[in-house]
Amino acid sequence: MNPRLLPYFLIFPVTLFLCLFFLYPFVLVSQEAFSNENGYNLDNFREVTSYWKFPISLKNTFLLAAAVVPVQLALSLLMATMVNRMKRGRDLILYIWTIPLGISDLAAGIIWLAIFEQSGFLNSMLGGLGLIDSPTNFLSYQTPVMVFVAIMLAEIWRATAIMLVILVAGIGLIPKEYYEAGEVFGASPWQRFLKITLPLLRPSLQTALVLRVILAFEVFAVVQALGGTLFPVLMGETYAYQFDLLDGGAAAAIALIILAISITFTLIIMRALRVPKGATI
Amino acid sequence: MAVIEIKNVAKTFGSYQALHDINLTIADQEFMVLLGASGCGKSTLLRIICGLETASEGEVWIGGRRVDHLPPKDRGISMVFQNYAVFPHLTVFENIGFGLRMQKMPDDDVKRRVERTAGLMHIDQLLSRYSGELSGGQRQRVAVARALAMEPDVILMDEPLSNLDALLRMEMRAELKGVLAESNTTAIYVTHDQVEAMSMADRISVMHEGKIVQAASPIEVYRNPAAEFVAGFIGNPPMNFLDATPQGGGKYTVAGHSFDGPSAANSNLQFAIRPEDMKLSDDGLQAVAKVVEPLGAHLLVTCELDGKLFRAILDSEMQVKPGDVLKLAPMPDRIRWFDPATTLAVA
Repeated sequence: MNPRLLPYFLIFPVTLFLCLFFLYPFVLVSQEAFSNENGYNLDNFREVTSYWKFPISLKNTFLLAAAVVPVQLALSLLMATMVNRMKRGRDLILYIWTIPLGISDLAAGIIWLAIFEQSGFLNSMLGGLGLIDSPTNFLSYQTPVMVFVAIMLAEIWRATAIMLVILVAGIGLIPKEYYEAGEVFGASPWQRFLKITLPLLRPSLQTALVLRVILAFEVFAVVQALGGTLFPVLMGETYAYQFDLLDGGAAAAIALIILAISITFTLIIMRALRVPKGATI
Repeated sequence: MAVIEIKNVAKTFGSYQALHDINLTIADQEFMVLLGASGCGKSTLLRIICGLETASEGEVWIGGRRVDHLPPKDRGISMVFQNYAVFPHLTVFENIGFGLRMQKMPDDDVKRRVERTAGLMHIDQLLSRYSGELSGGQRQRVAVARALAMEPDVILMDEPLSNLDALLRMEMRAELKGVLAESNTTAIYVTHDQVEAMSMADRISVMHEGKIVQAASPIEVYRNPAAEFVAGFIGNPPMNFLDATPQGGGKYTVAGHSFDGPSAANSNLQFAIRPEDMKLSDDGLQAVAKVVEPLGAHLLVTCELDGKLFRAILDSEMQVKPGDVLKLAPMPDRIRWFDPATTLAVA
């Protein structure tokens, strides 16, 4: 076989797969979003954005992302730094910390529901300690903050590991000599983290943040399990349009709005953490 | 400006003893080279002086102050790393000024210092570049400038030229020597390259298996190696060794010839002579040429003599073929003797 054609031949199956199962449905969804019985128009977008739940679910989605992602970033950086310093047992700790990655988001939501619900672990623990007389309902419409905190905790527990794995790999790529140079030239451990680790970790931070932010805008199952209708989010609205209201056009429109938000944030993150030409390791 | 004293320093990694009882005093503004093969402990010793490694035993004093319990930044040192460790995310300017910024030096002073040292290393045109845009030689210059910008008492260098190509290395060697001499700092320079050591050092410490075998001026190390290891390590090609049996009265038999040797010892010794310290003479030692290598400046002939390999450097005009019998007469004042039991030199 002609060696110049070989690479194209090799990527052909995956390209075909992506076109068939990604690009084609995407075109269909777009078509559906931008059209109704009257032909091509923006009616679906008008419909979903003018619905009273839209601003709330948009606000909730952003609020959740804004609350969860920075905490996860800080946590995963701290955990990655710690793991990287370990001499023994490093792999074991890493495996344990990444266990939540293997659990589906709905299962994660249910686990945290089992903690917070009226007959849950938290109530029995507080009751057992004599701190409360009777079980309280933490996840009700009267306690929106508690619902938010529960969702936040579940999301942090579930999805920090994905950032951790990327950052651990990234920190491992930074040559030790940079830290030694930092130490010799008077940088304290904190300064070495700020002036050496963080800037040299930019490519990994980019990947981790983009991935995590996209997932944050797609949050669904955890919210469903813990908040139900108390805490509407964009993805939940998509689901409701598609399966409760059987309005495929509106569901497609919201899906595209989520995509647009994801793309915007991806571009912002890429831009903010870009590495100047010639400044790579 | 500082005297460095290393007192009884030892280092073990687990059960492996990397350094044994090192004692060394380096004079103010001296250029000391730690020379040895890889694994001899020279880098470990440098890292202990620097503070990146802690000694298992012993003390390090710099400028009359005991520093082995201090972090690197409080020792008055700075360092040039083997792989340069020029920060890729900072410009050349910020790299050179890194240590000064850590000291919270005012911007104006940082600028002045960086520009001065960059000028010294001829990289003032590159200040706004990133290291990815520099050649190996330029990165090396940045690493040296960063160390000099600290105006340290002591500058430590860990094989700083080993990643450069041969021509550049020769150029940088001369330049580094000049810059360091002007900066009035004490320098410790680790290398496995004896040419580098010979050409740059005020004094060379030859290290072997975690010990300093000899610490002396380059010419002394070359002419009067303190041990067989030094004689076999320094010089390219190294010294030749032949077995010597005593006849009594300070006379020794070497390959059937009689030589004057140390009279105190009356045991079997090793007779040693450098390849270039031989003349052709009818009463010389008989050697059969095996390999002849014309090197331009001279002719390197590897012979067999007394059942051993023996190298001689002859005039490049000489006509020698493999199989020829050469009569090699060692220059009497260049002959050295070693005791095979202790491997040390015997006078």
